[in-house]
Amino acid sequence: MPTTVLIPAPLRAYTDNQESVEIEGSTVGDVMDKLVGQYAELKRHLYSESGQLRNFVNVYLGDEDIRHLEQGNATPISGSATLSIVPSIAGGSR
Amino acid sequence: MSIQFRSDHLIAIRQHGEQAFPAECCGILIGQLQGDSKIVHELWQVTNTWDQGENPLADGESSNRRFLIDPLDFKKAHDYAHQQKLGILGTYHSHPNHPAIPSEFDRNNAFPWGFSCVIVSVHEGEAGDVKSWILDEQDQPVVEPIVVVDPALSVETLALV
Repeated sequence: MPTTVLIPAPLRAYTDNQESVEIEGSTVGDVMDKLVGQYAELKRHLYSESGQLRNFVNVYLGDEDIRHLEQGNATPISGSATLSIVPSIAGGSR
Repeated sequence: MSIQFRSDHLIAIRQHGEQAFPAECCGILIGQLQGDSKIVHELWQVTNTWDQGENPLADGESSNRRFLIDPLDFKKAHDYAHQQKLGILGTYHSHPNHPAIPSEFDRNNAFPWGFSCVIVSVHEGEAGDVKSWILDEQDQPVVEPIVVVDPALSVETLALV
């Protein structure tokens, strides 16, 4: 069963304006690799040049941040699952 | 390129900035993209978590000069927007006793992926200018014109705590 990946509004320009895409994959990392493989322009917005998820990018499997999951990117996906791509946003006056 | 608000949205942003003073307030803009234009439908007030718990960006400043949106709050707004067939267009925050101009810290942390960054200046507890900014292709902040429309509806600000 494919995983549903929810795409943030500003990034939908790189997914043919789709709010979500369906990706087959056995782990979180597998799905994310296939996502940026299928929609290549997404990659630079999500990953650094060294291939690491950018610091401000959080990926949630359901309601769990994958960085807090024991297996992280290697967390297996089974059944219907949803991945959300969520930024950390901060700022300040000076 | 513009961002459209109802006038009551802008009132709510100013009020939030005044209520939070001298700390910075923050919130999330939910709406839809129409070509190059953003149409704001709802505001989500969120807690400024700069001083709470683990903060990977902590730099010695307080929430009087910094804000941080908990990614889980952002996720809740994201899920809500998805259910409504809308999306997150950007965020807003206040600059207590400082102009509504992005700082270097804003430029580095508040603009991912083309999100709008709306800033309200609050001087000694009284809100002033509200400006929206986006980054240009050189990653420099530029003003995003604000279009104000008549509300005809009551304030639609949802608190997310």
